[in-house]
Amino acid sequence: MIEVNNIVKTYNKGKVKALNGISFSVGKGEVLGLIGPDGAGKTSLFRILTTLLLPDSGEAQVNNFHVVTNFNDIRTCVGYMPGRFSLYLDLTVEENLHFFATVFNTTIEENYHLIKDIYEQLQPFKERKAGKLSGGMKQKLALCCALIHKPAVLFLDEPTTGVDVVSRKEFWQMLGRLKEQGLTILVSTPYMDEALLCDRIAFMHKGDILSINTPKEILASFHRELFAIKTTKTFQLLNALRSLPDTYTCFAFGESIHWVPKIHTTPSALQSIIQALDENATLEKINPTLEDCFIDLLNQPNASSN
Amino acid sequence: MWIVWKRYFIYWPEKQNVASNVKQLFIFIQKEFKHVFRDRKTLLMLFGMPTTQIILFGFALTNEIKNSEVAVLDAAKTELSQSIIQTIDASTYFDVRYHIQNTKQAETLFQKGKIKAVVVIPVEFKEAAFAQQPNDIQLITDASDPNVSTTIRNYLTTILNSFFAEKNKQAASMQIVPEVRMLYNPELKGAFNFVPGVISLVLMLVCTMMSSVSIVREKEMGTMEILLVSPFKPLYIIISKLAPYFLISIFNLVFILVLSVTLLGLSIKGSVLLLVLASALFIITSLAIGLLISTTAKSQQNAMMISLLGMMLPTMLLTGFMFPIENMPLGLQMLSNIVPSRWFFIIIKNVMLKGLGFMHVWKEMGILTLMAFLLLVVSIRKFKIRLQE
Repeated sequence: MIEVNNIVKTYNKGKVKALNGISFSVGKGEVLGLIGPDGAGKTSLFRILTTLLLPDSGEAQVNNFHVVTNFNDIRTCVGYMPGRFSLYLDLTVEENLHFFATVFNTTIEENYHLIKDIYEQLQPFKERKAGKLSGGMKQKLALCCALIHKPAVLFLDEPTTGVDVVSRKEFWQMLGRLKEQGLTILVSTPYMDEALLCDRIAFMHKGDILSINTPKEILASFHRELFAIKTTKTFQLLNALRSLPDTYTCFAFGESIHWVPKIHTTPSALQSIIQALDENATLEKINPTLEDCFIDLLNQPNASSN
Repeated sequence: MWIVWKRYFIYWPEKQNVASNVKQLFIFIQKEFKHVFRDRKTLLMLFGMPTTQIILFGFALTNEIKNSEVAVLDAAKTELSQSIIQTIDASTYFDVRYHIQNTKQAETLFQKGKIKAVVVIPVEFKEAAFAQQPNDIQLITDASDPNVSTTIRNYLTTILNSFFAEKNKQAASMQIVPEVRMLYNPELKGAFNFVPGVISLVLMLVCTMMSSVSIVREKEMGTMEILLVSPFKPLYIIISKLAPYFLISIFNLVFILVLSVTLLGLSIKGSVLLLVLASALFIITSLAIGLLISTTAKSQQNAMMISLLGMMLPTMLLTGFMFPIENMPLGLQMLSNIVPSRWFFIIIKNVMLKGLGFMHVWKEMGILTLMAFLLLVVSIRKFKIRLQE
């Protein structure tokens, strides 16, 4: 459904590089998650695929339509939810949905089955102005508006940023149901737990895709030993570990520190290294999370070549 | 790019029929009205601006003389001198406030700024034959503002002349008195000149500001992104942005006209239809300017500033309702030709005040049509069908 081939995008006459020739493809009914820090090029990619921006070079097709030459065909068959909430704040929930349904040449009734699950939650607030909705409700309304015309491909640019945990979970359950109906979804998210729910994940960094694979494969590709260190003096220990020659990577992860040592040795030997820095610290071997994999990818020499 | 662009604006996929296009347009226009009526600031701008402008220009900022306070020094103290003073006092222009005994008193009153003029009727002022000669009466005016002083002098002279003319109607006079007729505005009301000016100014500002701000708002809010990624054609976006503001501006025009007729006592001499037609033309021109501004403005504030500063000054200065264009340096005169309100001002003055028909304004209407057409073509061509980088 989505074919991206060597897309390059720069801003300010080539001074700022947003995308350095990326390629990937997404099949029908697949959910591809784009993961990466701010400035990785996720939004640029979304805008090129939704025909809002022209790529500098490279080819891309959405639903077999070329993003540059057949852009008006693409505009009729995709749903797009921009990163920022982009509905009319002074219109009510119902008015917004009705407006976008009409603009997309359809009616709420015609495709109600698509948005039923989501819209039922919004029903009590349908007379409320969109500007007065909570973050989660706003995103659900935006998703309704993006879905109302039964698009073949759905582009969601950070749909759950700034949304509470419960709403995020509900949102992803909805995406799961949409996927079952055969929708192709390209979604970006800063949350690693959400990324796990995608069929495949593309790690983006500074305009490159570092890795694109299923969550399982990505987790399996982590070959080092990973330890979680619990301590009360997180900050001091983190600095001490960073200056340690045996440290491969270390970073704060919630309340603990994730530490990847360079050396292969017994747990007790590692324990003594840590205890030499902070006597209260405890060490535990853990399985990697996606974030660990991402940081590992960032530290590989071929990734930092740009 | 041009071919893609053209196809995008002119080519419609077959599955879309006219009925659904009309439905799309209708709901979009409905949405625009909701934006306007739900935003107090916009409403204030739409209806507050014309009202304040009409009141400001109609009442406060006039160069008319109304109820100017004057003093009289009546040394003659005859029946005739008394009736002269009464006549002056009876006119709406003057208010005889002080009866003084000597010129020294006049001096103090002038210095205090209490009076604008003194009418001195000398002792020698006789009722008999000399009475026909009003030049026996002395007028002293405060010339610190020469325009006001001249106007007061003219008004007083006119009042005195007509007074003596009335007195001597029976006695055949051999004098040649020029009879001046002020055509189209016999009472020399400032409002007659200002109303067409205010209409041009308000329509110009409201139209450019509303259309540019409403388009830039969609960009700022991010809704333009969604609208562009939809089957709704950019040309439709433009139409549905201009149509509501066109209707609102026509309503605004009627509002201003009603205000002028009821508040300022102005009467529309010519055809109202022609007036509305010319205004519609001018509104389209202004909306097109707003559209053009929206293609370059980065934010709503930016659009507002360009519309206000860029449109207000040229409209005020180069339209001809504040300063006559004929008196301007050649460069400014040439520049005034590209100001649409200049032509609209001529049309509206001719139709509203002089009651002239289409034959007398077709040239100006033609110029406006050409301007509207050019501006629309340029702004539609400049309208971005993708995001700006």
